[in-house]
Formats: sequence, C-alpha cells, structure tokens
Amino acid sequence: MLDFSILIEYFPDYMEGFLNTIQASLIALVGSFILGTIIAVFRITGIKPLQWLGTAYVEFIRNIPILIVVLFFYLGLPSLGARLDGFQAGTLGLTVYTSAFIAEAIRAGILSVPKGQMEAARSSGMSYIQSMLHVILPQAIKLVIPPLSNQFINLIKNSSVLTIVAGLDLMYFADSINGDSYATVSTYIFTGMFYLILTLPMSYGSHVLERRLAKSS
Amino acid sequence: MSNKKRFSLLLVCMMALVMVLGACSTTKTNPSGGSAESNTAAQLDQIKQRGKLIVGVKYDTKLFGLKDPGSGKVEGFDVDMAHALAKSILGDESKVELKEVTSKTRIPMLNNGDVDMVIATMTITDARKKEVDFSDVYFQAGQSLLVKKGSPIQGIEDVTADTTILAAKGATSIDNIEEKVPGVKVLEFDNYQDAFNALKAGQGEALTTDDAILYGMAAQDPNYEVVGKPFTDEPYGIAVKKGQTGLVEAINKGLTDMKADGSYDELYKKWIGKAPESK
Repeated sequence: MLDFSILIEYFPDYMEGFLNTIQASLIALVGSFILGTIIAVFRITGIKPLQWLGTAYVEFIRNIPILIVVLFFYLGLPSLGARLDGFQAGTLGLTVYTSAFIAEAIRAGILSVPKGQMEAARSSGMSYIQSMLHVILPQAIKLVIPPLSNQFINLIKNSSVLTIVAGLDLMYFADSINGDSYATVSTYIFTGMFYLILTLPMSYGSHVLERRLAKSS
Repeated sequence: MSNKKRFSLLLVCMMALVMVLGACSTTKTNPSGGSAESNTAAQLDQIKQRGKLIVGVKYDTKLFGLKDPGSGKVEGFDVDMAHALAKSILGDESKVELKEVTSKTRIPMLNNGDVDMVIATMTITDARKKEVDFSDVYFQAGQSLLVKKGSPIQGIEDVTADTTILAAKGATSIDNIEEKVPGVKVLEFDNYQDAFNALKAGQGEALTTDDAILYGMAAQDPNYEVVGKPFTDEPYGIAVKKGQTGLVEAINKGLTDMKADGSYDELYKKWIGKAPESK
C-alpha cells in the first residue's frame, strides 16, 4: 500500500517544493499571458516588421524543447554576463516557452471574431487600439478560454522543468525525497497528488468560466 | 449541478487509481539471486580450465573504465587491474574478456555467473557484503571537492554555510557534506555532467562526490582541480560471487604482489596522475 509515513516525514520538503511550484507557476502564468498577448497583437497588426518579429518569436520558441530554453537561461546567460539562479532561470524559461503557445491561442481567437466587428468599431469613431480593447478582445477572450486553460495546465506541469536547473520546485524535492527514502512509488504518487491540487481546480474553474461567459453573451 | 457531480466522480476515480497504484507497489521482488553453493574454489578452477578471466567493468566512467568511441577499446584503471589479475592468476595478462556492467547490473550479473568478477568503482559496504564477497581494497577513494583553479576553497575546511555546493542526486555524498558543514546550501542535479556544467556556469562554488570521479572531470577540463584531502572513505573492492573464497584469495594475492613490486603505484600514477596517498 501507499506509505503515508513518507508524506508525514517529508511534509516540510513537499510543502517547500509545492509553494515554490505555485510561485513559479503564478509568475509564469501572468508573465506568459501578457507576453503572449503582445506577441499575438504583433502578429495581426498588419505592420510588417512587427508581424515578422512575432512570427519568428513564436516559430522559434515553440519548436524547441522547453528543456533547452531553460538550460539556455541557466547555463548560457552567465557567458553573456548575467547569472540567474535555478528558480529565476526556470521561471523565465517557463514564461517564454508558454508565451509562444498563448500567443497562438490568442491570435486564433482574435482572427475568429468576424471582420465586420472591427470595421463597425472603427467606423463609429474608435481608434485601432480602442476597437481592439473594447470590441475585439472581449469577444476573443471567450473563444480563447478553452485553449488558454489547456496552456495554463501544461504550464503547471511543465514547471517540473525547474528540477533540472535545481530550481527547488516540487519535482526537485520529490527526487530528493526519493533519494533519501528509496520509497519511489509512494514518493511520486504523493507528488502527483500535489500537482493535481493545482491542476484540477484549474480545469474545473475554466469550465465554470466558459459556461458563465457563454450565458452572458 | 451535474457539473459538480461529475467533478466529484472524477475525484473518486483519482482516489481509486491512487489506491490501485499503491497496491502495486507492494509486489516487490526479492533481488537476491539464486546462490548455487558449491565448493569455495569452484569458480577459480573454472577460470583456470577456461584459461580466461571474464571481468565486468564500467564502459562509461572516465579513468576507470571508459569505451573509446573511436577505437572501441575500453580503457582505465579497472581495465588495467583486470589485466594485471589475469597475469597473476593465469600467467598471461591478455587472457581477459571484458563485459559491460552498470551500477544496477553488476550484482545480478555476478550472481548469474555472467562474469567471474566485477571491477567497477564499487564501494565496499555492509549492505553489499550480504550479496557478494569483496577482495581487499584495490582503490581508496573518498569524497572530495572540485573547484575552479584559483578558488578560495582549498578544502572542506573552507566550505561555510554560505557556500553553494553542487552534487548529483543520491543520498550519500549530500548527507556527508551536510553533516560536515551544517546549513550548507546544496543544489542537486540529475548526473555528474549536469552538475559539472552548472559549476562551469558559476552556479556554485564547488562540486562534491568521490574524488575518483572528480579526477575524471578535472582531466576533461584543465581549468578545474580537485582540492583538499578526501573527507570520507569510499574503499573500492573487487566483487566476486558469494562464497568463492578461493577466488578472493587469488585476487588478494595478486593485489599484494602488485603493491609489493611497485606495479600498483605505477598503475595509479598512470591514471590518477600522482602517487597514492598513504593513509
């Protein structure tokens, strides 16, 4: 059976990792949402250099493994003169990596708002930015919630990448607990449950939000 | 409503899954292989009849047993040791067949009779003594520190609670340093190569593990050096199948002779780059 003494004995370690994982996920969630939205807008502005920049960013970042992105920030940056510790490098890598996927989700959402909406907003006197903020984005958000919540759930799970740069996240402590206790199965089952505590409410919340927004329209 | 119900159903399923997985973990297998107890010189006789020594060595450990991808040859301290023992037991140092072992496979392969002996950076521990028999110590390793040349850290006594130490996952070397320096910050990596990369990127001041492995890293990059005296004992032994005392005696005789005629020191110098410290 599951060895609950592992959970009790190593609870402080689990908690430290759990809190660090929450912190890294929250920072990366907010950061990647902002960065992703900016990149998405770049890609649809119609201003060529911005479009190219956005496309290059998305295609470059989303087509390499997150492991390499994180290792670059951890091992590569010091040779350029900036040193980030494991937590910072891991969280930054997570933010950058996820932002590419979020940019794509948001871009798809914006594009699926009928063109007439923008034309109507512009002809009633709004600027491009105003029409974007008040007419297009509010409609796009609804369409974007399911893919976005997918990305955020992935983000929480991907935060385990911090382990390879000793980022003191939940998975890092799980490996450490395993090395100490040799109770591999129990150690990782409890670890999985801690991740579920974060990801299940996320899925559930997105369903509720989706339904509520569908009603309000 | 139905949404809430579905959610709780999901939770119940999760719990069930956890229970099932938990139950699986109890079906443990007993790792101690079958031991065909016969007379204590059986293996030695078999080796002499066969006229060849079958030795398990590592193929991935620099300085001890490393396969050169170009030539396909396996070279290192452990390999030379195997040849020296073949000379001592069979009178011809070329009568050796090497087989690759890893930390995981070396004891099962020994117990299955796939190899006569294992020379694979194997520390003699009480737990392992229950599974296999060990020769005398053939290499005295100890936990030590690897630093960038010119580092203020010149030994364990320079490590303070403010020092960041890099290590590979796995309990003993981390426990040892935490015991020596309470409160020291240790960052753990998946393997030695990752930890060494972190050291090169300046993410910590020193890397710690067995000095034997550290010497291999220092040989890889001359900007790094092993400093200070080892602060733990990791005696490496040659392992044979449990009960084969005849073979253990033959190996020990070979080791004693090598130490007496100076060929051991020569071998040590060839791979480690300096004479063994007398303890």
